[in-house]
Amino acid sequence: MNIIEAKQLVHEFFRRDEEGNIEGIQVALNKVDLKVEAGQFISILGHNGSGKSTLAKHINALLTPSDGTLYVDGKDTADSNNELAIRQSAGMVFQNPDNQIIASIVEEDVGFGPENMGVPTDEIWERVERSLKSVGMWKYHAHSPNKLSGGQKQRVAIAGVMAMEPKCIILDEPTAMLDPDGRKEVIKVAHELNRKKGMTVILITHYMEEVVGSDYVYVMDKGKVVMEGEPRDIFSRVDELKSHRMDVPQITLLAHELKKSGLDIPDGILTREELINVLNLG
Amino acid sequence: MSLILDKVSYKYSTGTAYEVTALDQVSLKIEDGQFIGIIGHTGSGKSTLIQHLNGLLKATEGSIYYNGQDIYDKDYDLKDLRTQVGMVFQYPEHQLFETTVFEDVKFGPKNQGLDDKEATLRAYEALRSVGFPEDYYDQSPFELSGGQKRRAAIAGVLAMKPAVLILDEPTAGLDPKGRDEILGLISDMHKKTGNTVILVSHSMEDVANYVDRIIVMNDAKVYMDGTPKEVFGRAKDLEEIGLAVPEVTYLMMELKNRGWNVDVSATTVEEGKNEILKLKGMNA
Amino acid sequence: MFREITIGQYYPAESRLHRLDPRVKLFGTLIYLISIFIANDIWGFLFLTVMLGVVIGLSKVPFSYMVKGLKGIVTLLIIAGVFNLFMTPGQTLAQLGPLTISDVGLKNAVLMTARMIFLIIGTSIMTLTTTPNQLTDGLEISLAPLTLINVPVHEIALMMSIALRFIPILVEETDKIMKAQMARGADFESGGIVKKAKAMVPLLVPLFVSAFRRASDLALAMEARCYHGGEGRTKMKPLRYEEYDKRAYVWIVLYLLVLIVIRVVF
Repeated sequence: MNIIEAKQLVHEFFRRDEEGNIEGIQVALNKVDLKVEAGQFISILGHNGSGKSTLAKHINALLTPSDGTLYVDGKDTADSNNELAIRQSAGMVFQNPDNQIIASIVEEDVGFGPENMGVPTDEIWERVERSLKSVGMWKYHAHSPNKLSGGQKQRVAIAGVMAMEPKCIILDEPTAMLDPDGRKEVIKVAHELNRKKGMTVILITHYMEEVVGSDYVYVMDKGKVVMEGEPRDIFSRVDELKSHRMDVPQITLLAHELKKSGLDIPDGILTREELINVLNLG
Repeated sequence: MSLILDKVSYKYSTGTAYEVTALDQVSLKIEDGQFIGIIGHTGSGKSTLIQHLNGLLKATEGSIYYNGQDIYDKDYDLKDLRTQVGMVFQYPEHQLFETTVFEDVKFGPKNQGLDDKEATLRAYEALRSVGFPEDYYDQSPFELSGGQKRRAAIAGVLAMKPAVLILDEPTAGLDPKGRDEILGLISDMHKKTGNTVILVSHSMEDVANYVDRIIVMNDAKVYMDGTPKEVFGRAKDLEEIGLAVPEVTYLMMELKNRGWNVDVSATTVEEGKNEILKLKGMNA
Repeated sequence: MFREITIGQYYPAESRLHRLDPRVKLFGTLIYLISIFIANDIWGFLFLTVMLGVVIGLSKVPFSYMVKGLKGIVTLLIIAGVFNLFMTPGQTLAQLGPLTISDVGLKNAVLMTARMIFLIIGTSIMTLTTTPNQLTDGLEISLAPLTLINVPVHEIALMMSIALRFIPILVEETDKIMKAQMARGADFESGGIVKKAKAMVPLLVPLFVSAFRRASDLALAMEARCYHGGEGRTKMKPLRYEEYDKRAYVWIVLYLLVLIVIRVVF
């Protein structure tokens, strides 16, 4: 069974004038079809304003469909009775690390979700320890989040979601505000959770190099899914990606340029090693 | 005409157990018309360094000279320095406050003491130079998209016509296209006006494509200072402090290791392409 | 300049004071506040100082860190002290031009300044050793009876703890925006009151915008983590009195009694 399944999902924002009359309609999601199987690592790529964050909010039932359907772990997000259950099965990490940490102590923040869910005290502690360990932040459990680096704050936020023991975790541009070290840290943790704990991960990003290890990639533009496939397949379509305001890693771009110059090079080169091999230098 | 830093140190929380040395005996000379990239980790001192250049932070030791004058002189006008050394902070859109974009851009020129007519002229010029769409001049800055806000905020600094422009991570949070647009804009402006530009960045790739001098900061000190080719030529030293060179440079190094005659100072896709085509005996 | 503020901040450490139930600390602080006004002579303050010293020692918070919190209000203390010193009538001790220092004035100035300092250090010990969450938990329980008259105690408590968490973030943000506007030639220092007030607009507008954005982000993040009010919530750190909490209550009461005795006897 698919853990997430969107069928022709539509989201419309209404723009209102000062009297509250509807001035215009902005379609943020336009008939989106999306399927995620349990245990997969999925990436959703798109530039700012492509609709990818709106989609993330739907998966967490923070928004509900204007049209079409979205099922998360078999539950319809349109039914408000499912709200809490959906948020438990699909946890969400946001972009700004400062604006999602509620408590002044790391461990208390991680315990916030379980507290809301009514988990018994002893079990909260077990969960907090387990999830902080899974993101490598246990030694900071008694620290103030203000003193942590951006990457560490995001790992705490991920632990906060893990402590709710969801089936799926949505990372909504978790690296957009981080430096390169922080970015690597967060992506590594996401992959580890997927590999070691079998956690389903949906990574939303505009950094191309972060999607390399994914099982499947969706590219969004103007509220639509415009490309989908395995990373290698997506990366091989350089010109198409560029038309959607996306970038490709330097090596992939170099291989693409070499091919255009007449060298016999296959599409979708991702690493230096691959490029050297296909260059056939003897 | 230049900016000179002479053994500048900056310490805070001095005298307590938490004393931090954010800059340690930094000496630099920044000539007119250079396009400089400053690279370093979070906490390497690069943000502290640039805040000294326009007198927002005062060095605990050492001196800074702008056009031959000591900026720490008692009668030196720091407010005037700040309009000549313009600074675009990280996430500059957070400083927007006026009711319209246009008024916001006029804020700087008005503080310079220019009359309304001149300030208006400056605002027009600045907004045009960042490619800000004319239809939005009278919009509230809070209703713009992220990329547009960024442009408006940069225009707000450009309108003061600074001789030196400092930008702290001007592409943070932008998508790849937005990043290329902003960097292209800055580069074009530099070519056109010939003013000094200092670009602070985490990203080697960003910087490699545009600047003609790179200053690498590490641990409150200047770790390297040279042309991109000189700096990236020392990949091992950069890795030592946890920084990386562009992927293309790594590729060239690997090819060289395998005995191929390539120029390891190639940093951009274009240069890499030319090197490989040469190897394959094809004309670039 | 804003970074120095330590009032309301938590200092992580493992100490007996940190472990103490927040309700005990709230009660202790209340008693302490009363005691500052009971003490009115050198003996009372000597006793206060010794007790405060013991508590600071127990807290394992460096004294220098606490004193940093005083820096921000030094001017206020001096002004208040000077007013008391010169404005109180009584027997003249010294004459400085038109100003006279009276015996009562001297006593008042010293007493008043001492009380202010004791007040600030004492209350900061509570916040330094109690996480905002514990503090609000403590308040929530202590104020629980108010829910009967429809006071949303849980919500108020949560709001308080979030406010405390965001103080340092907003302080840093103020610093950043101020610098950004100064880089655009803004002048926050010179001019009269009207000019100064007007100069604050470019600082306050972005600060409010940012605070609202943070608030709405945070609300979303809380919703995403299943927050739905106080109903059905469990506690990660439920408040349970331990043996040493009970002993602490005894000590606090004893302390008050001793101080009253000092006041009555001397």
